[in-house]
Amino acid sequence: MHDSTIAQLAEALRARRISAVELTRHFLDRIARHDPALNAFITVTEDEALRAAEAADRRLASGDASALTGIPIAHKDIFCTEGVKTSCGSRMLDNFVSPYDATAVERLKAAGMVMLGKTNMDEFAMGSSNETSWYGPVKNPWDTTRVPGGSSGGSAAAVAARLAPAATGTDTGGSIRQPAALSGVTGIKPTYGRVSRYGMVAFASSLDQAGVFAATAEDAALVLEAMAGFDPRDSTSLDEPVPPYAAEIETPWERLKIGVPKNFFDEGLDPAYAEAVRAALAEIEKLGADLVTLDLEYLHLSVPTYYVVAPAEASSNLARFDGVRYGYRSPGAEQLDLVTFYKRNRAEGFGAEVKRRILIGTYVLSAGYYDAYYLKAQRVRKLISEDFARAFREVDLLAGPTTPTPAFGLGQKTNDPIQMYLNDIYTIGANLAGLPAMSIPCGFVDNLPVGLQLIGPPLAESRLLKTAHYFQKATDWHRRVPPGYE
Amino acid sequence: MSLAEQDIDKLCELARLEIDADEIGDVAKKLSDIVDMVSQLSAVPTDGVEPMAHPLDRPQRLRDDVVTETNLRELYQRNAPAVERGLYLVPKVIE
Repeated sequence: MHDSTIAQLAEALRARRISAVELTRHFLDRIARHDPALNAFITVTEDEALRAAEAADRRLASGDASALTGIPIAHKDIFCTEGVKTSCGSRMLDNFVSPYDATAVERLKAAGMVMLGKTNMDEFAMGSSNETSWYGPVKNPWDTTRVPGGSSGGSAAAVAARLAPAATGTDTGGSIRQPAALSGVTGIKPTYGRVSRYGMVAFASSLDQAGVFAATAEDAALVLEAMAGFDPRDSTSLDEPVPPYAAEIETPWERLKIGVPKNFFDEGLDPAYAEAVRAALAEIEKLGADLVTLDLEYLHLSVPTYYVVAPAEASSNLARFDGVRYGYRSPGAEQLDLVTFYKRNRAEGFGAEVKRRILIGTYVLSAGYYDAYYLKAQRVRKLISEDFARAFREVDLLAGPTTPTPAFGLGQKTNDPIQMYLNDIYTIGANLAGLPAMSIPCGFVDNLPVGLQLIGPPLAESRLLKTAHYFQKATDWHRRVPPGYE
Repeated sequence: MSLAEQDIDKLCELARLEIDADEIGDVAKKLSDIVDMVSQLSAVPTDGVEPMAHPLDRPQRLRDDVVTETNLRELYQRNAPAVERGLYLVPKVIE
């Protein structure tokens, strides 16, 4: 069952060849068998899942089912889930049981999807390897001595190992696309504002966007369609209708002009990785596309721009964690003076990377540095965004590698933040500009997956998904399953 | 630009954080590396470029000023570390 697409599973559910309870049990059994080696889940919600599956079976029997009713899904532990621990990968929220559902979760529940559990992640989504999690690193199913990518590493590993047919993720600087590439699955980050941020623990509010991991673009389209849409509870939600993605990706192919940024292939990109990406581009050319080489002049400034903007917003967003209304409180902290009380709760509740980013954010926002760093970064952000806008006047999509290298070893980059940050060199631009982007499996280097990144103009999700879908009809990289998880 | 240990102390004060004494040197070094990395922005000519705070180039949506939420204090306070008679307990603030 775990090697079927969501569309196939939905068909089997509707034909009553399987029940939602059987399907849910199948994935819960796989989690029980495989997750001890992967650590992809922080919480497995077995009882809730079986109850939801029973409800889904009733809906299926009454004929009141959606395309996703009875299909299991895992949620990144950044999404609030009513009555279920929502830790955000942090000791700070280890004891937090959300009193409500995030809008994305609520919508998928309403569609009848069955939550299997909450996936592991870098603490507060700050990381590119899943090693900053309070709950320990996630292992890459392709090679358990390597990282799955991050920050949505648990979701990526869960889908790669077929422990869930789909999983939610969030992407602030590449946190869906980078782990999708390193773990060999399909991942999409939609346009900024496309999926509601309500109930998603905030990291950098002008960059955060929720999206989906699945085995195929077709599956991702089905889930995204149910998740996306206007939400009055998110002040930055886009008030635009959601197109029927799953139907639109089946429309006949129309010739595309695809821009290939020269500097995506500069030094720093692993040569074998580059070769796999170039082969994928040639495959897309065969589908019917004109490839044009172009330049994104300011691309090399996306990492420094991001490491001003994102920490600045994070330092402000994370000020809410004080050990008063919810979250970690240091034992005996009540005996301290108020300022030391706050400091102690935060010092013990946050890990090293989160503290580092709060301090950098505090620095770039502090008196005397605000103009030189924060305002400057916002101006460069504008230049980067205009770079993309210029490119999209000439081409329909941009394509290139998702990451500079395949999955790296656990512990290999933990002591060098800058090296870790450079993992996101190709992905950050789309966040700064608010553009939709995705990563799809397109080959292997030394038995490790390679990701092809596609970036589109605002609200071009259908075009991205359709291109990925046609690519996946012509190739079978997305069907490869890590040995031992078949 | 290199950050000294005193700079870290000041930032910790502003951010309400503590760094252990034996870690402060390492934190100062790593933060200095990050500040060096982002300092390359200063060489970029940006005269006349509008700062971009947000990808959505549109004004904030307004809504009617009416109550939309009900009082769920008891539910929310279940997550609080210490509560008494509906109040959050904190260290003594007023002498």
